Amino acid sequence: MLTVISFYLLAFVAVAAAFMVIAARNPVHSVMYLILTFFSAAGLFILMGAEFLALLLVMVYVGAVAVLFLFVVMMLDVDFVEMKQGFLNNIGFGLLVAGILLLEMIMVGATYVWGDKTTVVVRDTEVSNIEAFGRVLYTDYAGVFEAAGFVLLVAMIGAIVLTLRDRDGVRKQDAMKQMSRTKETGMEMVDIEPGQGIG
Amino acid sequence: MTMSLIQFWSDLSPLAWFGLKFAQVGGFVLILSVILAFLILMDRKVWAAVQMRRGPNVVGPFGLLQSFADLLKFVFKEIIIPSGSDKGLFILAPIITLVMAFLAWAVVPIAPGWVMSDINIGVLYVLAISSLGVYGIIIGGWASNSKYPFMGALRSAAQMISYEVSIGFIILTVIFLSGSMNLSSIVDTQAGGLFNWNMFRLNPMGEYGIWNILLFPIMFYMGIMFFISALAETNRPPFDLPEAESELVAGFMVEYSSTPYLLFMFGEYLNMTLMCAMFTILFLGGWHAPVDIGVQFVPPVFWFTLKCLFMFFMFAMVKAIVPRYRYDQLMRLGWKVFLPTSLAAVVIVSTFVVFLGGGA
Repeated sequence: MLTVISFYLLAFVAVAAAFMVIAARNPVHSVMYLILTFFSAAGLFILMGAEFLALLLVMVYVGAVAVLFLFVVMMLDVDFVEMKQGFLNNIGFGLLVAGILLLEMIMVGATYVWGDKTTVVVRDTEVSNIEAFGRVLYTDYAGVFEAAGFVLLVAMIGAIVLTLRDRDGVRKQDAMKQMSRTKETGMEMVDIEPGQGIG
Repeated sequence: MTMSLIQFWSDLSPLAWFGLKFAQVGGFVLILSVILAFLILMDRKVWAAVQMRRGPNVVGPFGLLQSFADLLKFVFKEIIIPSGSDKGLFILAPIITLVMAFLAWAVVPIAPGWVMSDINIGVLYVLAISSLGVYGIIIGGWASNSKYPFMGALRSAAQMISYEVSIGFIILTVIFLSGSMNLSSIVDTQAGGLFNWNMFRLNPMGEYGIWNILLFPIMFYMGIMFFISALAETNRPPFDLPEAESELVAGFMVEYSSTPYLLFMFGEYLNMTLMCAMFTILFLGGWHAPVDIGVQFVPPVFWFTLKCLFMFFMFAMVKAIVPRYRYDQLMRLGWKVFLPTSLAAVVIVSTFVVFLGGGA
């Protein structure tokens, strides 16, 4: 009973928030609704018993990805009038993408309703969620997992290369050089006669 | 005692369970708030003592009731909302900060069996919730629609994300050694005296035998790094750049007044106590006594509180004696020093566990 109520509550909030992401006028509000959608999805995961996945969703998407979204969106200077002007020019392409997405969703739903009833079978109930994940990820799919990590590494290096500029004439601090200074090299004791100043 | 408690909870009818849990959570929040009121006073007193001042000493004996007087003052002031601000988000931001700070306490075990929710992935839960705390600051800074708060928000977002990475890796080393993500079992693996605590792994009779001596410097260093990262994560001096008064007036809190400001401050101190509790659990053996014999009559909760208080004292001392970091130095420390060292420690400790441990 409680599970059913929670499911409908979370599902409703997820769908409503997802709608508000595109309906909200302020882009920052859109991101806030996106975060609410993520949260509701995490709640749905918990209802299904996948608590590790739920917390991972919160940690990665809400805790890191959405923060960067918010970061970027806040610094954008969005002019709504200008945005609305381009709306009709792109409507054909938008409709195309929306149509394909709708078709895909209908096909997925159709296979679920009319296709073979394949249900997920829990192989080992003794193993906790995270342990099951680890066993699969680091044995059967170790190669794919490593490849995913490699792709991320390449993306990271690419981003760094794109943004790294070595400009001439900029004074930079060298932390090692600063820390390895000693009293002898960094300080000079001078006896000054009163009224003379340092020559 | 633990088993009977679990039995007690599972025997209840759903409605009674809900009611009792609600009362339990309410009571916990209340107790935590009252303790926090005195901790804020302690922070100010330590700070004052270092600077050879008296600190708050007027309200109540030794100024003990100062925090409550401050509470009344904050609550009865007028809430000022800037006209250019985003009103909904402006009010929402401090509430997010406070709620997230309270939420993380749900999995913190204070004594054997004394925990709101003893979930299997407690560490991950704490990490997830603490990574949400940054929202209060970003939203508050943006919704104020003012320059200094926005600068503070940008700084804090970058800072908290940077140090979360190294905190994650440091916690990973502890998880490797304990073989569990449940906070209670992490504490239980550190039973049996000071030298079994993760910070001081020197017990030659312990799990890894004489090799513990090799593990000791790594884990000791990890403990120190966790403490420093916790300072950065909670925006405490010397890493309080989001609210550096010499540069940004009060950072993301410039436009806040009365109760919303109180919520921000309360959430910040609550996050600090959470970090103290996490340090106690991960590195200082939680509720276990430093010696194994002769102190069985002392309740475990006493040791937990004592260790947390010690950690809080350290937080307060750091605020009093260390000058503020510059922003680029802070980023350098996080990304160029802490991240590589904690990564190396993860590699070393996991190698250790695989080749010398009992297949944990």
